[in-house]
Amino acid sequence: MATVHFTKNLDRHVACPPERVDAATAHEALDAYFTLHPGVRGYIVDEQGVLRTHVNVFVDGTQVADRSVMDGPVGDRSEIYVMQALSGG
Amino acid sequence: MSQSLLVGTRKGLFTIAASGDGYDVVAAAHVGVPVTAVLQDPRDASTYAALDHGHFGTKLHRRDADGDWVEIASPEYPAPPEGQVDMEPFRQIPIPWATKLLWTLEAGPAERPGRLWAGTIPGGLFVSDDRGDSWSLVRSLWDDPRRKEWTGGGYDYPGLHSVSPDPRSPGSLLVGVSTGGVWRTDDDTATWALGTGLRNEYMPPGQEYEPVGQDAHRLARCGAEPDVVWCQHHNGMFRSVDGGATWSEITDVAPSVFGFAVAAHPHDPLTAWFVPAEKDEMRVPVDGRMVVTRTRDGGASFETLSRGLPQEHAYHLVYRHALDVDDTGDRLAMGSTTGSVWVSDDAGDAWTRVSAELPPVACVRWAG
Repeated sequence: MATVHFTKNLDRHVACPPERVDAATAHEALDAYFTLHPGVRGYIVDEQGVLRTHVNVFVDGTQVADRSVMDGPVGDRSEIYVMQALSGG
Repeated sequence: MSQSLLVGTRKGLFTIAASGDGYDVVAAAHVGVPVTAVLQDPRDASTYAALDHGHFGTKLHRRDADGDWVEIASPEYPAPPEGQVDMEPFRQIPIPWATKLLWTLEAGPAERPGRLWAGTIPGGLFVSDDRGDSWSLVRSLWDDPRRKEWTGGGYDYPGLHSVSPDPRSPGSLLVGVSTGGVWRTDDDTATWALGTGLRNEYMPPGQEYEPVGQDAHRLARCGAEPDVVWCQHHNGMFRSVDGGATWSEITDVAPSVFGFAVAAHPHDPLTAWFVPAEKDEMRVPVDGRMVVTRTRDGGASFETLSRGLPQEHAYHLVYRHALDVDDTGDRLAMGSTTGSVWVSDDAGDAWTRVSAELPPVACVRWAG
């Protein structure tokens, strides 16, 4: 199990409460989350399943380096944070 | 006559309505979020707004008549064939099979309730037959081998900015691509033909008239005489009298033939409006004077309309979707990149600035 959290900036647009999900990797964790909350998927990954350019995933404080695979292991008490870069304008 | 004006901006969707003897901004929605396309479907009065969340992608929202905004399906590309990589010819970068911008929305014909069209960057045309609850990529155009010649313009990838249905025939429409020419189908998207006669002066000698290389900026069709279509092109202004099959260039128009927006009179095939900027590399009004040009004789001559528009140090640019005329042909609206919106009730003779305080305007649309 791991807990998935999303930036509060996303909560404005789509409900994305923290959830504990059963997963061995960050990729599995996000997929499990999207099964619970299908409306969130399109905000995080594009239609080809690719993490959106300015969205970053952190597992226990470390940014996931491989953005397309995200197959690093997550532990039973892992905290996964989905963040977005900031920009001006 | 239309009752309200929808204004999509870089920071929200605003509604402008008549108030007393003028106009006011009366409502705001999606504040803070770029609104890239807007449509009110005249068949059922539902309103659609395309949002560009940037970090979080492009989304589509619908508000039914007397309802609230709800997120609906956004056009999404299917998975590309295994191993296929589309390269943008100028920049030599891969073109993603993913919606980067929802650039234009159009309603289908009365005979096909629920049909909507969407044009996107990187160039896909999408169709819905259930009011946007689901979308399909029009594969006949996307898979056409000539698409490989489409290039980016101001954006990195090609963009399909204009969908112009022929009101006489549910299976006929024109689409405009920047940069990729003007395409016509008469068999409900089964096959496509490229319009000819458009001219890109900047192309190498011998390629100026290459149909697929044309940077059409915007198409506008006369509703009453649908064979008449106007095109504001990167290189100038063009008019077709055969439904977009062939085009004739309009030259020697003061103060400039460069611009992005064009509006066609809904009843008079000889009348259209343009909003000129100086030139490609100088995208501001000529001499800082904001004007609209209008022809009433099919492009043979133009009037320069400036009453009510700023005439000193005005550096507004009107984007391709930011000029609209209502179904009477008398009422016009335009919005600028510097956040001004003007309305005219007399076919452009005089303009009233409704606001100078809005975010940069992407699109304006008259609504019921």
